[in-house]
Amino acid sequence: MSTTAPPTVTFALTEEQQLLRSMVRELLTERVTSARLREVMLGDEGYDAVLWRELADLGLVGLAIPEHLGGGGSGFVEVSIVLEELGRVLAPVPYLSSVVLGATVVATGGSEDQQARVLPDVATGSTRLALAHLDTAGRLTGPPGIRASRVADGWVLEGEAGYVVDGRTATDLVVAATTDDGLELFLVDAEADGVERTDVEVLDATRPMATVGFSGVRVDDANRLTGAEPMAALHAGLQAAVVAIACEQVGGTQRTLEDATAYARDRVQFGRAIGSFQAVKHRLAEMLVAAESARSAAHHAARVLATDERQELAVAAPLAKAYCSEVYEQATGDAIQIFGGIGFTWEHDTHLYFKRAKSTKLLLGDPKHHRSLLGDALGI
Amino acid sequence: MASDTTATTDQRARVEESIDALLTAFPPARTPEPEFWGAQFDHGLAWVQHPEGLGGLDVSPRWQAEVDRRIVEAGGSTRNRTQNVLGIGMGAGTIVAHGTEEQQQRFLRPMFTLEEIWCQMFSEPGAGSDLAALATSAKLDGDHWIVNGQKVWTTLGHLAKWGMLVTRTDPDVPKHAGLTYFIVDMESDGVDVRPLYQITGEAEFNEVYFTDVAIPDDLRVGDVGQGWTVAMTTLMNERVAIGGNVQPRGAGAIAQAVEAWERTDAPDRDPAKRDQLLRYWVEAEAMRLTTLRAKEAAKQGTPGPEGSTAKLQWADLNKAITSFTMDLLGPEGMTYPGGYAFTRPDVTSNRTPSPHKAFLRSRANSIEGGTSEVMKNILGERVLGLPGEPRVDKNLPWREVPRS
Ligand SMILES: Cc1cc2nc3c(=O)[nH]c(=O)nc-3n(C[C@H](O)[C@H](O)[C@H](O)COP(=O)(O)OP(=O)(O)OC[C@H]3O[C@@H](n4cnc5c(N)ncnc54)[C@H](O)[C@@H]3O)c2cc1C
Repeated sequence: MSTTAPPTVTFALTEEQQLLRSMVRELLTERVTSARLREVMLGDEGYDAVLWRELADLGLVGLAIPEHLGGGGSGFVEVSIVLEELGRVLAPVPYLSSVVLGATVVATGGSEDQQARVLPDVATGSTRLALAHLDTAGRLTGPPGIRASRVADGWVLEGEAGYVVDGRTATDLVVAATTDDGLELFLVDAEADGVERTDVEVLDATRPMATVGFSGVRVDDANRLTGAEPMAALHAGLQAAVVAIACEQVGGTQRTLEDATAYARDRVQFGRAIGSFQAVKHRLAEMLVAAESARSAAHHAARVLATDERQELAVAAPLAKAYCSEVYEQATGDAIQIFGGIGFTWEHDTHLYFKRAKSTKLLLGDPKHHRSLLGDALGI
Repeated sequence: MASDTTATTDQRARVEESIDALLTAFPPARTPEPEFWGAQFDHGLAWVQHPEGLGGLDVSPRWQAEVDRRIVEAGGSTRNRTQNVLGIGMGAGTIVAHGTEEQQQRFLRPMFTLEEIWCQMFSEPGAGSDLAALATSAKLDGDHWIVNGQKVWTTLGHLAKWGMLVTRTDPDVPKHAGLTYFIVDMESDGVDVRPLYQITGEAEFNEVYFTDVAIPDDLRVGDVGQGWTVAMTTLMNERVAIGGNVQPRGAGAIAQAVEAWERTDAPDRDPAKRDQLLRYWVEAEAMRLTTLRAKEAAKQGTPGPEGSTAKLQWADLNKAITSFTMDLLGPEGMTYPGGYAFTRPDVTSNRTPSPHKAFLRSRANSIEGGTSEVMKNILGERVLGLPGEPRVDKNLPWREVPRS
């Protein structure tokens, strides 16, 4: 498949979209202070339940869920705006896991009935989904870590899934399992007998992950997703997540650029602001250029996802993930350097961004993986 | 040329003779560590480049690697070098070059035997790269100096008995001219050491507050107003201590990368990653050979500005390799095995066996001991002789220079 002419690209936000952005920014700036982030990150709760409630009450959690299912009926552009703002402050809430990964798989892979059963509660935030689709090594290729076997009145799940984002705090799990007849998707109560969830010791402590074990877990037939073909539904969820991560990365990159620039303006050594040294100034100028390009790639992918242009998405999604990951990593590493000693401390927030950058670079496929998908899409 | 070779042969013979004598009289496997290190000092094998009687043999520093190799081979330990890295790596050279005879006799031996740990108190919140801008004041009061101020990033300050301290004794002259260097007892009244936690969760370093701390004048190193010169000696030694370690071929960060590669599943071992790995291997080896070459050429005494070459190259390469290793680990690179423990360790974790921790710790390499930007300025100006940047602060009295 080769894509000759890319579709017309637009970037402008509507007035409502701009309002949405400033509303979310204002809220998150107030709520996700460094102190609060650290409290959540080092606490046992695993996410900021108060903020989550608030985001849900404002309709931001259910933004893209259809109106007849209790959501806002918006598109992915709106969601991408929220994601960018969440990434900007490293908000410790299960948005990526529940709203993007979980809800997309259910919205695609679930029957109308199943969607009606699950998505309204996702929209209110009371249901928090997590997707368990990898084996314990986190391999992207190859079968999931879970096997499902047919029994009289349903299924039994066995195995272990790795790197489940927000796996320990989710209320329900969307599980991709191998059966004798190929891949199937199941909805599993996270508290069901035989489900065991263990936190992984993660590099990025603002985003928990779990290993989820299934031993003899019984699932009713009604909880096997029977909408679109399972592989396609899973793919849709992962593709949305990849774009979502790129949007978060753009938010984090922009914040990093702003903070490092402000510091370079204020910090004086040798009687001058350090930003007056070309070594520092040029590093920041390069960061600006990269941040702008990353934004373009992520916004383009978000728009393509919103308009469901499949062919272009196969280009735009991996493009965004491959590019934004590297830009974010470079920017946060450079920021530590610009901050000097203070940038290496725990109390300063830069390391949190640096860890988020490395971790999301490796989450759901590293840049090399995505460049290879891109190559496939382009027929190169 | 001929006399050079004779000198080399001569030096080798003296070093080997000393090693043999030491290992025979004090078999390291059977001698308690402090006693062995004391004997090593007395045999002139603590730091061979320094004078006889002060722990050295007055020979080229290149022989030290051979000394340490023989000691380790015989079952001895060189862990004093890492555990007292600031003392042995930087303090010793400073005291030898600028200390009084009493100071040399008092401080060098227990430093080497690990009975007394040292720390370096140069940096301040307002004075990092611009060290000479520092503000901690020392005022003479009879035969004592009274010190007030704050230091920061003090590695191993929580374990140190002695500190190398640079202070401002004259605020009315240009910044470099008003500094004085002291040795300070970290157990003195008025010294307050507080942990600073870092990216790994550990607190290798500290902030240190001085409130009316009294330092006897006989712990001053160098003349009043000569603090900059003395501090430069410490820094030159530091850069060589950080960058100038010669490890065996393929050791260090590149070993962790190779190990991660070997653990990579066959389908993920693609040519692009392999090429990148080998590219780093080449760089690491070229750097190692450069360090070896520099060691061979090194003379006794304080290392010169070219010490910044190794420091710069090592820092940037170490960062790149440890980051690449995390990428090789794939999803496992999203983890941090062991979690973030808030501890105050007794060594820096620069040589941790954990690739995850190494990745985080390496971020400091291009900051500690002088940033990479500063190293490049030094190489450009002091080694290549390029013109310096216009300086706004050079001739102003320190108190008139803008600071943050
Ligand atoms: C792990 C660690 C351990 C340390 N241990 C010790 C210790 O034991 N004792 C001690 O005294 N200090 C110690 N330090 C401090 C270290 O020496 C300083 O952090 C370093 O000199 C940089 O100073 P700064 O942090 O104030 O950064 P700044 O000097 O503020 O630098 C900020 C940024 O500006 C850049 N910059 C500054 N000046 C210039 C210029 N002229 N041209 C171009 N760019 C410039 C820097 O390169 C950097 O990117 C340690 C630091 C670390 C990270």
